[in-house]
Amino acid sequence: MLNNQGRPTGAGESAPAYNRKTFTGNRALQTREALIFEIGRPEVSGIDIDEPEAFTPRLGALARKTPLDLPGLSEPETMRHYVRLSQKNYAIDAGLYPLGSCTMKHNPRLNEKLARLPGFADVHPLQPTSTVQGALELIEVLSGWLMELTGAHAVAMSPKAGAHGELCGMMAIKAALAARGEGSTRKVVLVPDSAHGTNPATAALIGFEVRAIPAREDGTVSAQAVREACGPDVAAIMLTNPNTCGLFEPEVVEIAAAIHEAGGYFYCDGANFNAIVGKVRPVDLGVDAMHINLHKTFSTPHGGGGPGAGPVVLSEALAPFAPAPFLRRMGADLEILTLVEETGDGAAFGRLTAFHGQMGMFVRALSYMMSHGSDGLRQASEDAVLNANYVRVGLGDVMSAPFGDRPCMHEALFDDNWLKGTGVTTLDFAKAMIDEGYHPMTMYFPLVVSGAMLIEPTESESRASVDLFIMTLRDLTFSVRRGELERFSGAPYYAPRRRLDETRAARQPILRWTPPAPIIEDEAAE
Amino acid sequence: MRYLPLTPEDRTSMLRRIGAPDIDALFADVPADKLLQELPDLPRRKSELEVERTLSRMAARNVAAGSVPFFVGAGAYRHHVPASVDHLIQRSEFLTSYTPYQPEIAQGTLQMLFEFQTQVANLTGMEVANSSMYDGSTGCAEAVLMAHRITRRKKAVLSGGLHPHYAEVVRTLSRMAGDDVMTMAPDVLAGEDMLACIDKTVSCVVVQTPDVFGNLRDLNALAAKCHENGALLIAVFTEAVSLGLIEPPGAMGADIVVGEGQSIGNALNFGGPYVGLFATRQKYVRQMPGRLAGQTLDANFERGFVLTLSTREQHIRREKATSNICTNSGLCALAFSIHMTLLGESGLRTLARVNHANAVKLADMLARVPGVEVLNETFFNEFTIRVKGDAGQLVERLAAQGILAGVPVSRLLPRAGFDDLLLIASTETNTDEDRAALVAALSSQLAH
Amino acid sequence: MTDVRYTKDHEYIRINGDIGEIGISDYAQKQLGDVVFVELPQIGASFGKGDQAAVVESVKAASEVYAPVSGEVVEVNSGLEATPASVNEDPLGKGWFLKIKLADSGELGALMDEAAYRDFLKTLD
Repeated sequence: MLNNQGRPTGAGESAPAYNRKTFTGNRALQTREALIFEIGRPEVSGIDIDEPEAFTPRLGALARKTPLDLPGLSEPETMRHYVRLSQKNYAIDAGLYPLGSCTMKHNPRLNEKLARLPGFADVHPLQPTSTVQGALELIEVLSGWLMELTGAHAVAMSPKAGAHGELCGMMAIKAALAARGEGSTRKVVLVPDSAHGTNPATAALIGFEVRAIPAREDGTVSAQAVREACGPDVAAIMLTNPNTCGLFEPEVVEIAAAIHEAGGYFYCDGANFNAIVGKVRPVDLGVDAMHINLHKTFSTPHGGGGPGAGPVVLSEALAPFAPAPFLRRMGADLEILTLVEETGDGAAFGRLTAFHGQMGMFVRALSYMMSHGSDGLRQASEDAVLNANYVRVGLGDVMSAPFGDRPCMHEALFDDNWLKGTGVTTLDFAKAMIDEGYHPMTMYFPLVVSGAMLIEPTESESRASVDLFIMTLRDLTFSVRRGELERFSGAPYYAPRRRLDETRAARQPILRWTPPAPIIEDEAAE
Repeated sequence: MRYLPLTPEDRTSMLRRIGAPDIDALFADVPADKLLQELPDLPRRKSELEVERTLSRMAARNVAAGSVPFFVGAGAYRHHVPASVDHLIQRSEFLTSYTPYQPEIAQGTLQMLFEFQTQVANLTGMEVANSSMYDGSTGCAEAVLMAHRITRRKKAVLSGGLHPHYAEVVRTLSRMAGDDVMTMAPDVLAGEDMLACIDKTVSCVVVQTPDVFGNLRDLNALAAKCHENGALLIAVFTEAVSLGLIEPPGAMGADIVVGEGQSIGNALNFGGPYVGLFATRQKYVRQMPGRLAGQTLDANFERGFVLTLSTREQHIRREKATSNICTNSGLCALAFSIHMTLLGESGLRTLARVNHANAVKLADMLARVPGVEVLNETFFNEFTIRVKGDAGQLVERLAAQGILAGVPVSRLLPRAGFDDLLLIASTETNTDEDRAALVAALSSQLAH
Repeated sequence: MTDVRYTKDHEYIRINGDIGEIGISDYAQKQLGDVVFVELPQIGASFGKGDQAAVVESVKAASEVYAPVSGEVVEVNSGLEATPASVNEDPLGKGWFLKIKLADSGELGALMDEAAYRDFLKTLD
């Protein structure tokens, strides 16, 4: 018998172009998602917990009378809400994420697993130290790795992020100057104008005056300029190395000598340490303090904007000037010292945070470092530099590099010279990359370069991946030259949202959900 | 190396394409005598299995809170975190994304932050909240700086009930910035007279409720006195769950509310990462530190979210920024927000009541133990007891018996004459057996 | 026609007796792009010539506005709080920032008039 049941299996006769709006506003896997305040109900909860038996509260007159206005969702609704939200995000697990200076490298899941061991995750910072010897051992071992890789004499582990680490390092410098009796005379911090904004912000936060050092034509800082800016009022220089243009500062040793000769200290912004791990040790170059972004160099996940971790390594000169608490080995046991007078040289300058730092990040970073080992860490830096130079060369003939064809470190910098007169801006170009399935590179940073595009592929990309990325960007540049403006001016077309109106957001800021105003008849009718 | 996709053949041919004879040619700017010839003196690469073995051994040397009767608090609290929270925050798109600089492909993070900001504002009774700080203590120091900017004064007064570590963080930053701080004496019984310290030179008063000794504080009079003098009231909390049951600082006149959000959605993690909650009045929003997500429209007039008011921040203002902070605590804020969504208003109220009920039950039991005196009149889920003898040594002895009894006040305020005081916290995780074990062990220790 | 003078930093001051109305030029608003916020001084504050008098913010940048001449603030344009867009739409009209009582009208001589400012702008491109 003839059986004509079942579904058609072809792709359809001739698929017509179709751009009708859907009833839901969804487009298959691209779904709209309301706010929890629009779908939740105050009486609903995704957690079963029984009311306590009757008891006499001890709240005095301070029981809550103010409404909470917090909607609840059941567990399945919660799962769906956040899974749908997550699907609107780009991620390193989903594609190449070439954000220069941000270092979006692979986040191994072993690290997540180990950070969740109850012996690390379910341990309180104020438990008796006899019950946390393993946690303290982990901090000690991680400190040892960081000191070996940087040539440092000590490391302050408590800073919670890179900028917090900068603060720690500059406080150490301030404390060291005060101990020399020069706290009130040395007020000036030299900051190259290519520096990340946190550097001057940090210096100003604790009362230093910022003196800008212009970058040279080739994107680096000259020792001569530093020498000329030095004087008896100089406290320190804050220099990023490798710098924000992706270049290793060729005169870094002379710069260190100049600042030391003038009686100041050398703070190195270690944001780009990932290019040189196992290749060169910053303290060997004359660095006195440097923060290490564990979330960049040692791959603790960025988590959509933190948490980070920013331990600060210190040279012999600055080692005595660190924040409490100190970790000290007493025979077989490790102790946490919190009192300034117990910290030996009596120089702990205070406390940066309530507890001991980002333990969860320490576990992940150590897991990453042990997995790589000394050989793997060096290889990772070399591969990061190799991939970046491969991109630099692959795009050098179709885009413009501000500093010619000199080799870069872990990131390749282009400017918008090649876009001049095309009607396409760096922003447009970046947004068109989104339609091609890539996260854009860092743009308009560093500020010293016009329309900067800073590309950091990282060591996590295969050659095939980098090749496709290069080909895609080349195709985009050809499109620019052919004058296909609409590919850029309206991009992105295929993202969950089109370009967003940032002016509107800033002019009339809406920073929280509020219940909608009652609808007025006339407007409702339109 | 399992994380590195390039093969030796790739490397060779890529170097050829670049025109470099070897990899060190790309490091030509590094002074030759500084380029390391040998590998660092560290172990070579390890398999997953080996790394897991090594770190698991370290983890096993710690006493996990969940494995013993556990009453430790003082700024970090052990609560049950639903399994779905930890699952969701490990989704690749949350875990492995960056700060939402490209809003068209970061709406998940941005909408979540907008929801988080609203939850924090409602919880604290304030008008607006940022997208989080590193933790409560650093948020507290930032709040003081913010008050200085608003009032153009430079003197902060810290309550003796403020967590001593928070006070130290504020003092450290203030000392470095050249600002004045006056710290009240430790105030175990919440009897201090802060009103007398407020005059027209004061920028802000910093008060914690529940305070570090567990006492609840009525802020209304302080707020009034602050405002009469043109000063700001900064209210601090370290236990966010308490806000499900007690009047929020925003309703008592606080101008800035900062606190630790760890206890909702986040593990103890031996002190970090945590998530600082930071809320204020609408009129001060431009002086607020930290990231802010805001609502707007896209080119198709669809609702969307962006980071906004960035001109406050370091990447634009540089040395004139409101703060040097350039991240938030995104993933911990997400955990907080998911857990809060699961709880909802009714769940949070019940959770808070269970915490309070457990603490009341324990306080009543301890009050009957000879050699123990419960000092608090009011508290939420943590209170202070006075014991016969040295509380630090007592805690060590109890730890040896497998009970983590609390935080000796001397741990927070060493050599300050509080050696016989002990902070005891009790959350929904404590069972009747836990309480009985603590009471029995304490009774027997104090009987000696 | 009242007398409008310009600085090289693109502030203008419109003189009306001993009162000067200060804002930013049309050229400046175009360079800044969409203005989203203007931070204004307090009434009664005094400035020397060249002191920071206000801050004008676009989405991506914050720029200081300097006092073209010295004086005391007598009025600020509080309407800018609700409609910062006026700075873009009508910089020399509704988009004014503040009015000062001139301390020394002799300082005006150092500023450019309309024609001189137009010539100055030509040198910038």
